[in-house]
Order: sequence, then C-alpha cells, then structure tokens
Amino acid sequence: MNLTLKVWRQANAQAKGSFETYPISEVSPDMSFLEMMDVLNEQLIQKGTDPIAFDHDCREGICGMCSMFINGEAHGPDRLVTTCQLHMRKFKDGDTITIEPFRAKAFPVVKDLAVDRSAFDRVQHAGGFISVNTSGNTQDANAIPIEKHDADRAFDAATCIGCGACVATCKNASAMLFVSAKVSQYALLPQGKVEATDRVLNMVKQMDEEGFGNCTNTGACEVECPKGISLENIARMNREYLSASIKG
Amino acid sequence: MARLDSKTPEGPLSEKWTQHKSNINLVSPANKRLIDVIVVGTGLAGASASATLAELGYNVKTFCFQDSPRRAHSIAAQGGINAAKNYQGDGDSTYRLFYDTIKGGDYRSREANVHRLAEVSANIIDQCVAQGVPFARDYGGLLDNRSFGGVLVSRTFYAKGQTGQQLLLGAYSAMNRQIGRGKIKMYNRHEMMDLVKVDGKARGIIARNLVTGKLERHGAHAVVIASGGYGNVFFLSTNAMGSNVSASWKIHRKGAYFANPCFTQIHPTCIPVSGDHQSKLTLMSESLRNDGRIWVPKKLDDAQAIREGRLKPTELAEENRDYYLERRYPAFGNLVPRDVASRAAKERCDAGYGVNKTGEAVYLDFASAIIRYGKEEAHVKGLDENDATLVKKLGQEVVRAKYGNLFQMYEKIVDQNPYETPMMIYPAVHYTMGGVWVDYNLMTSIPGCYAIGEANFSDHGANRLGASALMQGLADGYFVLPYTIGDYLSDDIRTGPIATDTTEFEEAEKEVHNRLEAFINNKGTHTVDYYHKKLGKIMWNKCGMSRNGKELKEAMAEIKELREDFYKNVKVPGRLNEFNEQLAKAERVADFLELGELFAKDALERTESCGGHFREESQTPEGEALRDDKNFTFVSAWEHQGAPAKAKLHKEALNYEEIEVKTRSYK
Repeated sequence: MNLTLKVWRQANAQAKGSFETYPISEVSPDMSFLEMMDVLNEQLIQKGTDPIAFDHDCREGICGMCSMFINGEAHGPDRLVTTCQLHMRKFKDGDTITIEPFRAKAFPVVKDLAVDRSAFDRVQHAGGFISVNTSGNTQDANAIPIEKHDADRAFDAATCIGCGACVATCKNASAMLFVSAKVSQYALLPQGKVEATDRVLNMVKQMDEEGFGNCTNTGACEVECPKGISLENIARMNREYLSASIKG
Repeated sequence: MARLDSKTPEGPLSEKWTQHKSNINLVSPANKRLIDVIVVGTGLAGASASATLAELGYNVKTFCFQDSPRRAHSIAAQGGINAAKNYQGDGDSTYRLFYDTIKGGDYRSREANVHRLAEVSANIIDQCVAQGVPFARDYGGLLDNRSFGGVLVSRTFYAKGQTGQQLLLGAYSAMNRQIGRGKIKMYNRHEMMDLVKVDGKARGIIARNLVTGKLERHGAHAVVIASGGYGNVFFLSTNAMGSNVSASWKIHRKGAYFANPCFTQIHPTCIPVSGDHQSKLTLMSESLRNDGRIWVPKKLDDAQAIREGRLKPTELAEENRDYYLERRYPAFGNLVPRDVASRAAKERCDAGYGVNKTGEAVYLDFASAIIRYGKEEAHVKGLDENDATLVKKLGQEVVRAKYGNLFQMYEKIVDQNPYETPMMIYPAVHYTMGGVWVDYNLMTSIPGCYAIGEANFSDHGANRLGASALMQGLADGYFVLPYTIGDYLSDDIRTGPIATDTTEFEEAEKEVHNRLEAFINNKGTHTVDYYHKKLGKIMWNKCGMSRNGKELKEAMAEIKELREDFYKNVKVPGRLNEFNEQLAKAERVADFLELGELFAKDALERTESCGGHFREESQTPEGEALRDDKNFTFVSAWEHQGAPAKAKLHKEALNYEEIEVKTRSYK
C-alpha cells in the first residue's frame, strides 16, 4: 500500500505545532500502525529529519502508553483496540491518514504525538487505593466471599488501561469514564467500601482541579474506549458521589 | 576461581526464613525517617517494594522510564500467579510448590530462596485481595484456580487473561497511597544512567529526565534495581519495546556480578513472526494449554498442502494429526514445562511439519475443548447434548468467558477467528531467568545495591514455571526485600543525607554526559535499530533454542565486531537536551551489545544442557536435555573486567539439603 500521512509536529510543550505531510510506500497490511510509524521514522532518520516522537511500550494493547488520534478517532478506526493493535489492513491503498496527539487541556503535548497524562496519576494519588498496609498479616483471601457478578463487574471496571482515549474523544475533555472506572472497582468490592465516601469526594475534587471538563452524557468515551469500559460506571460514580456528598 | 557466599542462614530449610527474620537487625521507626532508598523500575517488584518501604517509613524515590508507573511490563502478564493455598484440596502445599519450582528450574536454583518464595506465596494472595485486586471467583464467591504447565495441582490464581495488569494496578495503588502521603517521590519518564558508589557502597544514581534530556544526581543510602529482564537482547521478544538491561548492566560494570546470563526462557505459545517489519512478538498465555491441544500434521504432504493454502487445518482428519506433546509426554501432555514444549515445537518445524508460510508455526486447537464445555453447559441447562450447533455455541461462550481477551488479541493481529480455526503459535523469547547475582538478602555484590524480581537470578534456575514470575516479583517486593534491607541500613542511621555535590557524583555525571554526547556527535550511517536487529539475529540463530560450541564462539566474535561497528557508525539524530527517544535507545542497545557477548560466553562455558539452555553436544538418545550435575551444579556469576570476553567466572555451589536431584521427566 502507498499512503500519505499528515502528522502533527510540535517540538515541545511551549512550541507552536503544525501538520507535516509524509508519503510512505510499500506498507504491508499485516503491519501494526506503530510498525508503519517505525518504518517512517527509520526513513526520516536516514534523511536527516527528526523522527516523530510518539508514546508506545508493550505493543500488545495493555500498557496504555500509545495514544494517537487517527483520522479524528482516538486509537483510529478499529474498535476495542489501542493504536498498537490497529493493523494497516484497516486502511486502503492511496489513503491519506491524519495523525494527531490526544488533545485536552489536562494533557499538554510533550513532543509531536506524545502527551503528558500525569493528571491521571494525580487523580489516583487522591484516592485510587484501599488503605491497607502490605504487612502480610491481612486476613485469609477467602475470608470474605464476594458474589461472582460483583467480582466480575469490579474486574470489568478494573481493566481500564488509563490511556486517555475517553478524554481525547470527549468534546468536553471529561475524565469521568476513567475516574468512574476506578471508583466503581472499589465500590463493588467489600474491601473498598470502608473508605468509599472519602475516595469518591477526593478523586472527583482532584479531577476538577486538573482541568478536565464536565460530563454531558454524549457517550462518545464508551464508544472509543479500547477496553470497552461501560457508561454504567459513570452512573455508579454519580450515585456514589451524591450519597457521599450528603454524608460528607 | 573464587567461590561465592550466598549468606544463606543456617538451620532447617523450612525454618531458615522465619529464624532469619527474627535475627536480623532492624531500623527503628524514628530512624527510618532519616534513610533514603532509591528504587529503579515500577513493575511488580519495584512497585511493591516502593510501597512497602514507604509504609515502613523510609523515604523512597522511585524511577521509571514510562510516563506512569502503571505502564511497566508486568502489566502484560496474562495467565496467573501461583500460591500454595490448597483451596482446591488437591494436595498442594508449601513443600510441593517449592519442589515443583526447583524441579521446573532443572535443579539450578538456590534451594533456600525458592523455599522462602513458596512460604510467602500464600500471603501474596491475601494481600492482593485486601487491596481490591478482582481475582476470578466461582459462584460461591470464593477464589477460583487453574492449572499451569509443569505441575499436577491447580494453584494458579487469575483475573481472566489480565492477571499481571490487575496485580500491577494493585501494587500501583499501594504506591499511589504513599505518593499521596509524600513518602514516595515518583520520577516518571526518567532513566537510570549509572550507579554512584561512595567508599565502595551504592550511594545514588545519575538519572536522565527523558523529557528535558537533563542529567540529575540522586543520593540515597541504598539502591534497589527492579528493572526487569533482558529478553530484548534478541530484538524480537514478548518484552515491551522499552524493556532493557541498562540498569542491571550499569551496576554490573560497577562491580555487581551477573549470574547465568544464558538462562533464557523461550515461551512456546506466541504469535508467529509475520514479516521483516515485525517490532515485537505477542504471547498467548500458557493457560491456553489447559484447553488447547497442540498438533501438526502427521504427514509431510499435508503440512505442505496447509502451508500452500490448499488444505485447511479443520479439514484434516483426526488420525492424520500428530498431537506430539501428548504422544511424547503422556503424563503431562500439553502441560509440559515451557522449555520442553518449545523444543518440541522447534523439532517438529525443523523436520518440515510447520503450518504457516514460513514453516515456523504449530497449531493450538480449541475444537475439542469447545465441544467438551458445550456438552457440560447443555447438560447443566437441560438442553440437547447431541445438537452439535448448540453445543458448539455454548462451548464457545465458555471459552470466551475464560480467554476472551486473548482470542480477541489473536484475531486482531492474525486476522483469523480462533473460535473457528486453530491458532498458530511458535516459541519466542519471553523471560530471562539469569540476572544480577544476589545473596539470600537480595543484595548484589555491591554493598547497598539490591536486585529484585526478574532483574535478579535466584529463584527460577534454568527454567521458570508458568505463573511464577508474578509470584516472585511480589514476594521480593512486598515480603522479602523490605525486611532484609533493614539489616544493612541499620548501620546507616547516623550517616545523614547523602550529599550529591561530591567528586563521585560529579565524575559519574560527567562520564554519562560524555557518552551521550559521543552518540550525538557520531553522525554515522546506520540507525540504532539497524544494530539492534542485527544483534537480535545473531542471538536468535546462535544463542537461541539450541546452542553448540562452534556457533557460540562465532556469536561472541560477531557481537564484538558489531559493537565496534556500532560505536563507529551509529547515527543518532537530535540533541542532548530534549525529548530524544533515539538517544535513549542508543544507550540501551549499547548495553545489549555487551550483554549479548557475555550471554554467549556463559552459554559456551556451560557445556551441559539444563532447562532452557540446550547444548546440542549434551542430549539423550531421545533428544531430551542431558544435565551434567557432577560438573555444573553451580551458579555462574560473572565479574566485569573491562570487556565481556574478559569477564571472570565465580561459582556459587548449589547444595540441595531437602531435595534429591533427579533427572527431570515429564513422561
């Protein structure tokens, strides 16, 4: 396949960015999107041009590090995959592909397609944990049975990879899907219920301070989420938040 | 040849750890506040150690090269974590887990460390559940287990095919709590560039901020290396793109011995290579071997027809299939350990029975599991067990619930539906049992410098059993290092903060700066990846699944030559003080180019076959690995002497008090 890539180039957080156009030929349909970027970068280095910076690590869809906005969609046109799992067979010979970083006020650009998502970490520092010391003196793991459906739903929420596609997709750059996934995981488990009130209040407060927008229930986040995190989690967090606010 | 002291405590094996914990020196809570510890890496070992050290009261500084600690490659572990809980009542015990691990490691691991690992395994599960890790449960609400390769009990706890992710997020959450309290200072997008020693002790590191490119000095009373394994020396592996040996290699160059570098695990079930553009390989969890049956065609003609696309695997009659693991190893069948399964796949493919275009793939087939589960479901639901369509549908649902994410991943990569046609798999480099040599306290040969998790060598011998990496990472980080490190730090309560404006730090920083500057100024002709790929080819062809003296010698010479060419001709774009991924990579590949040579040297020295290390000169008439216990029951620990080829060998003798060393048989 021969393709034309329009890629966002930005030297650093302070610099003004712009699109650059790069033709690329002999793209195999079996390549992943990032492997195609590797080929392009090898060519750029040989030509003496600065290669395109982008975040990536595990390349098997689980670390959440890759983060491109491809043809107007977070992680590109395929569903339930991250960019590293997107394959070139989803594109056609002659296509022009536009590649941008995840854009949000809370995610400043580091360079080119790499953005700073440490706002997500800070939201978790505010309450994304259960306060138990790692002493090894906790009770036996089977001491509290947990209903299978609750355990499964907690697991489903916990599979969030923290990539930020939900924020990049949302017209308000809201982080509700991400935050609610974490709140839900703990809210569904007996171990998490003890500090549920403080957790949801603190995490939502930090989320607002980071400059994420409000949720207006468009549901775009759920559509673009590579792990299929459900909107139910947002509803659950809203309930948790309401009852915590009344108690709190 | 010097002999090494592992500092294993005296006493009966099952009491060593308890007694040791009671006897070692402690640091009082008031004094812990005066002590700083650096942790490099935030996988299961690094994250759990950081959290626990901070809970205990130490001031922790943690470094990772990713943009968040949650991205470390432990996140990608799929299948599960072992623990001797015996919840299934199938006869499991601490002793049995210990025994299986020693035997699985082909009698090349340190007995006392492995026993300790088995002892603390049950605590890990308790701890993780208390942290909110959502393990799989049965309908009664209790924890579910599955079986893994090389054992005859079900002791593996799991969270679908994402166990590593859930465990890492658990450890990350424990870290977050301490970051919130200010007890851990987290440095994301930072890479350790060198270790700084003062008076022979580890006293800090030089780190590079990967966003600004600036070098930083960080002092501490102890440095913990938790930066994982070195599988990426092969270029293609199941490791993450950024996984590297650099932190381990820097300390090796500063005096830490590197142990058993040639002990590498080639995992049997990975998605085969599709072309030259390939940047990494993807694992399909070993748990799939619980339900998937591995086969190739019995006849060469059929194999050829399949390769050429004239025949579909589903069309091949049962009697024309060779379920070679079930044939060769009736007792363990598809659940033989990884090294055995990988070699068997290579043997069949080398003999011409491979099933993909390149001839390097075998089938992993779920058809019979789907029917088995489907019939069970139909029976439970009171439906017609003889309705083939219904049974298949029900069976597929069960398989989807167990392995859904793995099947989806396979389909996205290969563009084939594994519910309908068997998966194609081939072995790939996955894990490195070798690593930095540590004593019983997990301290390296540099005082105050520790290595934990995959970065050290101690627990898996020459082959690691499935679901044991997660166990070891968390055991080291949560339950071992935080206690043993106190014994060393108890001498440091009056030391005060480590100053970084000293000659030692200045010189180390200058050396790093010069090295990086040389890369930028080199302006050569070939990219960093060009060299990395070449190194990978040498490693895979001559230090891969089977090795021989002649090729290992060639590998050593070729790697040395490649390294010299790299320094002359590598081209690194961009500048020093900016976000420069190529520069970071150049430094990592430079270290791989040294490690690769030591790896080959170690493999050459060990003329026996054991575990994942198969020397063609040492095999039984049936082609099984042949150990040489008389001459090789030791750990090879290499001391750096200026160049990999000159490394000096130290031997740590392995003594087995509780276990009778036997020939490993899975027949």
